[in-house]
Formats: sequence, structure tokens, C-alpha cells
Amino acid sequence: MSSSVQRDKTQLGMKTRPGRFAALLKEIRASKTCYLFLAPYAILFTLFTVVPVIMAILLSFTYFNMLQPPQWVGLHNYVRLFLEDEIFLIAVKNTLVYAAITGPVSYLLCFVIAWLINDLKPKVRAFLTLLFYAPSISGNAYVVWRVIFSGDTYGIVNGFLMYWGFIDSPIQWLIDPKYIMPIVILVVLWMSLGTSFLVFIAGLQGIDPALYEAGAIDGVRNRWQELWYLTLPQMRGYLMFGAIMSITSSFTVAGEITTLVGFPSTDYAAHTIVQHLQDYGTIRFDMGYASSIAVILFFMMVVAQRVVQKLLDKVGE
Amino acid sequence: MALSIRKKRLSRSAGGDVVILLFLLAAASFMVLPMILIISNAFKPLSELFLFPPRLFVRNPTMKNFHDLMIMMAQSWVPFGRYLLNSLFIVILGTFGNVLFGSMAAYVISVRKFPGAKLFMTMVVLSLMFSSEVTQIPNYVTIAFLGWVDSLKAVIIPAWASSLGLYLMKNFIDSMIPDSLVEAAEIDGAGDFRIYWQIVMPNVKPAWLTMIILLFQQLWRTQGGYYIYSEQLKTLPYALNQIAQGGVARQGVQAAVTVLMMIIPIIVFVINQSKVVDTMGTSGMAN
Repeated sequence: MSSSVQRDKTQLGMKTRPGRFAALLKEIRASKTCYLFLAPYAILFTLFTVVPVIMAILLSFTYFNMLQPPQWVGLHNYVRLFLEDEIFLIAVKNTLVYAAITGPVSYLLCFVIAWLINDLKPKVRAFLTLLFYAPSISGNAYVVWRVIFSGDTYGIVNGFLMYWGFIDSPIQWLIDPKYIMPIVILVVLWMSLGTSFLVFIAGLQGIDPALYEAGAIDGVRNRWQELWYLTLPQMRGYLMFGAIMSITSSFTVAGEITTLVGFPSTDYAAHTIVQHLQDYGTIRFDMGYASSIAVILFFMMVVAQRVVQKLLDKVGE
Repeated sequence: MALSIRKKRLSRSAGGDVVILLFLLAAASFMVLPMILIISNAFKPLSELFLFPPRLFVRNPTMKNFHDLMIMMAQSWVPFGRYLLNSLFIVILGTFGNVLFGSMAAYVISVRKFPGAKLFMTMVVLSLMFSSEVTQIPNYVTIAFLGWVDSLKAVIIPAWASSLGLYLMKNFIDSMIPDSLVEAAEIDGAGDFRIYWQIVMPNVKPAWLTMIILLFQQLWRTQGGYYIYSEQLKTLPYALNQIAQGGVARQGVQAAVTVLMMIIPIIVFVINQSKVVDTMGTSGMAN
């Protein structure tokens, strides 16, 4: 937040339109170094993110089977999604359930655990950080849950339940639609102390200790007040970052489900939007349709992000 | 110094401490039990993998699973070192480039509010929410156009512009670098490059250490996707997955593969974290 630029902007507001444009040009010319710093990243980002996203959005208005050139079909893909595709509606419902549960829970877990272990001695803190972070660092370690909830008697849960006499015959955890969703949620939560967790820890560590001293003098009485009035406002940027991480991961649960319960799951009980997208994109080669699914998902996430933003603006008031 | 300050902080109620401890303990055991199972499975002989009632801990540990894995690795017609080298090449170059370019961009976006900075940032954040599955095809077109298909470049260079890295870095610079620090450096006559390299970067060490962990982990898993066909250019996770896919008989080997794949990111994480802990004590005083 360099003050000179800030001042330029206030002057800018008072000028007439052509004057404003000239001032903008002047400002752009004055920020030459900035653009130089930004350039390497910006060029690659445009090439490998912006262009593909725009192309995908355009493809969502076409029929494209990856062999023949895309054919413009207007809104047909979207109409098909909402009026003809019942499985998509199941996927939307399931995704919203996952997002509503795993999103907030994982977000709170990340923050609460990071906050709690922040008070501990550095060595203990480092050890606990590793312990909590390990499941998400280890790639596809979640396959172990397939062993835990395996449908035969060698499955850990079945084995113990039968050994202790709670059940007589093994339960088909990963096949019975009754259990699929809760198990997937459990596994997703197990892996949820990831990026945001690390960022929260680093963020909490970066808060100046003098702030708490000053707070104690100003009459902050207990740890909850300290959290609300001192810690959280300092963490605002990180909190939004964590929220976006939670939104993107909870709306896009897919790989874990396919690994755990196969594709498609029984009666599509665990089917999500991203799985639906993968189905059309990589199995049926209907790329236009897959792109329209991505666009809908994108808007759902943007809405969720706006809502969370509104909530986070209230922090520390 | 950090310790003496901590003592001066508000007193916490003993009851609250006990509740918190119990909560942490419960959460920690939920996290750690499956991990123990993974590690102990890798050392179980086949007879113990299929046992009723199942056991969490291994009774007669054996290296057989790892030994079998080694034999299978030795049989592969591409030397296994080659897969490892490919993976390391991708991980190291990909991480380095993203930390460098991402932090340079983050520095100007956060510290200098130039025209277009906000718009650019919004685009970066929004891009995090667009499914990569559908951008793969357009991406393939771009990469083919550049002539990068079937080379490691196709994986490394796009990683340099990962949205996550820039967004993370920008947040850290926003909250860790006070305006006064930059202004003071300006008064001393420091240019943008010096401020970036000598003032901002040393002060956000936790940020780029975190960024390294995240990128390492992401790239370590890369299998090459649609861009790499040649067997000599495939990565370690790809090769190990090929071995692990072999049904029930390979269950022991599969467990060994899982342990092998997670051990390296964990080592990197531990080294990295010890650095984070080191810097934390000093970063508070720098401000």
C-alpha cells in the first residue's frame, strides 16, 4: 500500500473523463517496473489458465466429441442438464450435501486445531502439525480406508464388530447406499487438514506477540475475547484463503469417492458433480456437455464464496 | 524472547485446558490410526494381511513386501532411477519457478497498487474454482501448439503459474509486511528489486516455506497426465502405480508402495517445518 499511489487515486476521482484516462495512462507508465515483475507469471497464467478457461466456457455452448470439430448448439447443453439429466440433479444434491458438511467442518477443524496447537511449545507443535497434516500429505494414503471398511471379514471395522459380536455377517460398507455417503464424508474430513491448516499455522505464528501484550493492557479478559478481537482480525486474509480452499475442495470431491466406492456408486448414492463431469469428459467424450457442467459448478462455488465473504466481513466486530 | 512473552499472556482456565487436551487427543488418534495401519500393513506378511480378527499392528514384521517391490522395480525395462530422476526434475524445477515468479507477482500486487492489480488478483482467485478436467483439452491444444507434448516441460512450465502459490504469497505479504517497512526502504533509496529481494522475501520466509511444501506435494504426485507418452519420461508415482495395480496378490506390495510414496513428502515437510520453527522466533522482532 504505497502512499503515493493511494494519493494519485484520490486525485484521479476528481478529474473529468478524458483527464482520468490520461491519468490512468500516466499511472500505467509510472508502474512499468510493476508490470515487469508481474510479466513472467502473468504470461504463463494467461497461456495455461485464462485461455483454457475461456475456451472451456465457449465449448460449453457446443457439441464436441473430440473427433469432429465443435458444433455450436447454443444453450442446449444447459437445457439438457436441468431438464433431461436426472443423474445430474442427484449429483447436484449430493455435492451440496458434501459441501454443506465437509466445507464448514473441515474449515473449522483447520482453524481450531491450528489455533490450539499454536500455544504449545515449538517442538510439540511441530510434532502435532506433522501428525495432523500427514494424511493429506501422503497422496493416495486414503486407499487404506478401503481396507478399513472392506466388505469382507478381513475389513478392520467388520472384523472387530464381528469379533465382539455386534454383527453376525459382514456389512457391505462401500456398497450399501446407506453407508456410502457418511463414509466418504469421514474420509474427506480425515484428509481435510491440508493447505489451509498449514497456512493458518504459519499465519498465527506471524502475529506480533506485542499485540497480545497490548490487548491484555486494553482489557481483553479471556482467550475467547483474545481470539475474537485480536487474533481473528489479524488473520482475515488467511481466513478468506482457507475459505476458498474449503470451498474448492468440498465442492469437487471426486477422486476419493471413485477410489473408495467405485464408479458409479450404487444407485449413484455418492455421485458428485465432478464425477459426472469426469463421466462425460473422459468416458463418454462429450466435452461440450462436460464443460457446461464445469461452468455450473464454477457459479455454485462463486456464490458460496460470496456468502462466506459476507460472513467473514463480520469477524472481529 | 518469544517464551517470556508467552508467559505474560492471559491466564487460561485449567478446565479449558483439559477439554482442549482431550479434544486434541481424540482428533490426533482419528488422524493417526489409519496411518499406523498403512505403515504396519507394509510390514505384514500376506498371512497377516488376511487374518480374522484383523490386527492393527504387525505381529511378525517382514521386509518381504519391500523386497518384492525391489524385484519388480529391477525387472522394469526402464531403469527405476530414471523414473525417480524425472520426478525430482519436475518437482524441483516446478517448485522453484512457481516460488520465484509467484512471489515476484505477489510482491507488486500486494505492495504496489498499480492499475489492473486488483482485476488480475480476482482472476487468479476465480481460476481456483474452475475444474481442471475441462481445461485439460484446451491446455493440450496450447501445449501441442508450443511443441511441448511428450517432454517434461509440459508439466513443469504450467506449474510455474499455479494460482494457489500466488494467492498464498499475496496473503502472506499483505499481513506480514507493514507499509512502514517498505516506506523506510524507499527513503533509503532502495529500488523495487532490492525491496523485493532483501526486505520482503526474508520477512515472509514462512510463506515460501509453506509454498514449497504445498507445491512439492502436488508435483510429487504428478503422473504426467495426457502430455507424456514416452516410458523414459514417466514419473515415479506412475511407475509405482503400475506395479501396485495387480489385484489381491499385490496387496502387500501396494502397501509398500503407499509407504514409499508418502515417506519423501513427509521428510521434506519435516525439514521444512524445522526451518519454519527457526524463523518464527525472529520474524516478530523484525517488524
